[in-house]
Amino acid sequence: MSTSGGAAVKAAPWRDPNARPYVQVDGITKSFGDFKAVNDVSLKIYKGEIFCLLGASGCGKTTLLRMLGGFETPSAGKIFIDGEDMTGVPPYERPVNMMFQSYALFPHMNVEQNVAFGLKQDRVPKAEIQERVATMLDLVKLGGFAKRKPHQLSGGQRQRVALARSLVKRPKLLLLDEPLGALDKKLREHTQFELISLQDKLGVTFVVVTHDQEEAMTLASRIGVMNHGEIVQAGTPSEIYEFPSSKFVADFVGSVNMFEGKLIEDEPEYVRIGSDELGGTIYVSHGISAPPEAVVWAAVRPEKIFMSTAPPEGGTDNVVRGAVQDIAYLGDLSIYLVKLPTGKVVRVTQPNTSRHAEAITWDQQVYLSWDATSPVVVTR
Amino acid sequence: MNYRSSYFILTCLGFGFAFLYIPILSMVVFSFNASKLVTVWDTANSPTLKWYYALLNNEEILDAAWISLKVAVINASGSVILGTLAGFGLARFSQFRGRFTLNAMTTAPLVMPEVITGLSLLLLFVALEQLIGWPAGRGITTMTIGHMTFSMAYVTVIVNSRLSTFDTALEEAAMDLGARPVKVFFVITLPIIFPAILSGWLLAFTLSWDDLVISSFTSGPGSSTLPMVVFSKVRLGVSPEINVLATITITVVTLMIVGVSLWMSRMAKLDKTGA
Amino acid sequence: MGRDQSGGGDPLMSMRTAGRLRRFGVTGRGLVVVLPFFWLLLFFVVPFVIVLKISFSDIDLAIPPYKPLLEWIGKNSLAIKLNFNNYAFLFTDRLYINALLNSIKVAFISTVLCLLIGYPMAYGIARAKPAIRNLLLLLVILPFWTSLLLRVYAWIGLLKANGVINNVLMRLGVIHDPLTMLYTPFAMYVGIVYSYLPFFILPLYANLEKMDWQLLEAAEDLGCRPWQAFYKITLPLSRNGILAGSMLVFIPAVGEFVIPALLGGPNALMIGRVLWDEFFSNRAWPVASAVAILLLILLVPFMMWYQSVQARESAGAR
Repeated sequence: MSTSGGAAVKAAPWRDPNARPYVQVDGITKSFGDFKAVNDVSLKIYKGEIFCLLGASGCGKTTLLRMLGGFETPSAGKIFIDGEDMTGVPPYERPVNMMFQSYALFPHMNVEQNVAFGLKQDRVPKAEIQERVATMLDLVKLGGFAKRKPHQLSGGQRQRVALARSLVKRPKLLLLDEPLGALDKKLREHTQFELISLQDKLGVTFVVVTHDQEEAMTLASRIGVMNHGEIVQAGTPSEIYEFPSSKFVADFVGSVNMFEGKLIEDEPEYVRIGSDELGGTIYVSHGISAPPEAVVWAAVRPEKIFMSTAPPEGGTDNVVRGAVQDIAYLGDLSIYLVKLPTGKVVRVTQPNTSRHAEAITWDQQVYLSWDATSPVVVTR
Repeated sequence: MNYRSSYFILTCLGFGFAFLYIPILSMVVFSFNASKLVTVWDTANSPTLKWYYALLNNEEILDAAWISLKVAVINASGSVILGTLAGFGLARFSQFRGRFTLNAMTTAPLVMPEVITGLSLLLLFVALEQLIGWPAGRGITTMTIGHMTFSMAYVTVIVNSRLSTFDTALEEAAMDLGARPVKVFFVITLPIIFPAILSGWLLAFTLSWDDLVISSFTSGPGSSTLPMVVFSKVRLGVSPEINVLATITITVVTLMIVGVSLWMSRMAKLDKTGA
Repeated sequence: MGRDQSGGGDPLMSMRTAGRLRRFGVTGRGLVVVLPFFWLLLFFVVPFVIVLKISFSDIDLAIPPYKPLLEWIGKNSLAIKLNFNNYAFLFTDRLYINALLNSIKVAFISTVLCLLIGYPMAYGIARAKPAIRNLLLLLVILPFWTSLLLRVYAWIGLLKANGVINNVLMRLGVIHDPLTMLYTPFAMYVGIVYSYLPFFILPLYANLEKMDWQLLEAAEDLGCRPWQAFYKITLPLSRNGILAGSMLVFIPAVGEFVIPALLGGPNALMIGRVLWDEFFSNRAWPVASAVAILLLILLVPFMMWYQSVQARESAGAR
């Protein structure tokens, strides 16, 4: 099984200052009247990546995608694809193809004609069209469906036709607009891995737009989190999850517990934060850069919190008592909402590793603790 | 919904449809009546086909029908082209110079009384003739122009409405795959909205075929249409040949409508894929 | 062809490709509508200007039967003779005012009758099961496609002295002498309602079809009786459909000619007929033009109302 982004990306080209980006977005802005849908966005996407634009509806990710595809003209800024300036170029002249959210299969043509459509526009010779279409249909496992019409296919099959149609032209860049949104959960998971394997085989660069952070985490080699038309953070899934650069990103990707507090001690190797919300102190084993007296937030992920009935060993940092308010049993793990004396509710997840372990129940008094390496401090 | 209101609605529907169809059925029935008085049933000689023979040998009516047919076909075809262009423009482009005017010009003919449209067209043709010598007198050309002017409004409305439920992603996908906008229109949009265009053609044809007022204003000597001939006959009272004409018309229309709706329901399956 | 937003310029074209596209005959959205636009401008709008012009001219015993409006006097002066006589004539001779008022009255009553008969029908069709609904719609549309002239003619056969209705009633012994129905206002109302009923039903049906019937169930759940629910929920929500249907009946009915001519008799004073007679029988083109302008002025507000109802309806649907 291949990892997201495949071999091309294991080398992490975004870390290499000499690597040439395949897609370069420079200061792109798109305004509709007074409203800025995309506000001064700059990005570098490298060949072979699966780059995900992640954000809530209205954050501008679809507008950005459409500008990459040529369906909207930027109000300002430039777009370069493989070194060429593609800023004003219409969709039918770009080496870019898009897989639409609704699939947009032509209802009056069968599967074969749909997939062949793009090749016909390029005036590829008939024999070659037939061969390439057949190969592509086999690749998406729709070999026997060539003569069927779209209304005779299931949702998942239609999606594969849309994928085949957009890949058969071997585009430099493939844009996917919420590709898995219309599928049910099991099919979604299966398709996610199929997409990755397909991308790896063909070596096409993907840009995916999604609001589903699980989808982004699974598919992406890198994620660009968007909010209000801007990219607030771009990085690998683990970078985004473990080292969010702001409250927004920490909260948007996965769940998080935010403790607001003030710096008590600020040293190069550690900081200590006093938090009234927590009712205690947080010791973080790395330095941060923040002005003195600044308000900061310590973000601790639910899975990094230890829950015990007996008080843990160690000092008074990173420890707090509380009462279990709510429990949600999800089979593989359980979510506990623990209420602290200060009134704050902390979310803790624990895997249900043992069947017979003493279960923690409602209203039980518990101790919550976490490692000094676990909190991430954000200043905005 | 409780029973009482259901019965009320059902009775209304029943009376309503009876009201709509009894006159039509009476015309059909009396077309087989031998009596010249039409509505007084001649039990001795009826039912008979003699009026059918009379109609089919009536030169005046046949000539008029031929002229009506020519005008209707040219009108329908021209209106469809103009109406599709206008409908497409109004549906796809939310802003262009003159949009408001175009919108007003394509919805006004739908409600305007025909005497006003007819009068104004005639005065235009007369003024044009004086100014540039064309059109030389009124006849089939002027009639066709007149018909096209109001027919295209209907086609515009139909096409506009069909395109507003059309998934633009299909056109974008085609462009994304390399087709230029004009090609997209002919290869993707047009085939999919074809049923709407066809119904526009049929509507324009029917409007032209049945039109009396505008035809009267814009026609000239020797270019009498079927409705004009029927009108002159009917002003004087009932006439059995007209009953026959009505029966034939109704039969043709019924067959056509049933045929088209059967065909459309087959095509409607395409809608399931979200066109 | 792509979402057209006010972001400045056509989203599909840059300068360089606009040039290339010109080869394919596409210079932007403008070209698509140019043909229908100028056609309608020439054959729909300009004629009204001419009607206006002629309404100000004198009648002349010539072909065409009106004097020109602009006259050259001497070498460098152009005189425009605006003859307001025609309009004065319309207002002094009671015929025209009466005809106009009568037309409005007849059209209004016919509209109300169409509402009373057509609303239950449209409602019934909208509520019917899909299979039956299509059949019922077909049955409503069918008369609409058969010639208006022929259908009005059918009523002559039904309403005249020895017509079907009288014959049946006399056979059944309900009456002894035939009823005078033809060439009366009654016949005209029957004719207009009969002809325009489909025009009322169809837009109203289109509106009712989109209604969420669960709203009625919610109302009943909260204590409303069925008739109340109809009055408080269905009726207000179908307002746009009622208005659209009413306009589609009222506006053309005011200027209706055929039905008064065939069914109304010589005393049916409708403005459409007056215009026709002035034009064809009296050859008084300037007067007829003045009548047309007056009628137009009267109807334009209603037409604009119709336009705004349509705009509201389609905005609501999105």
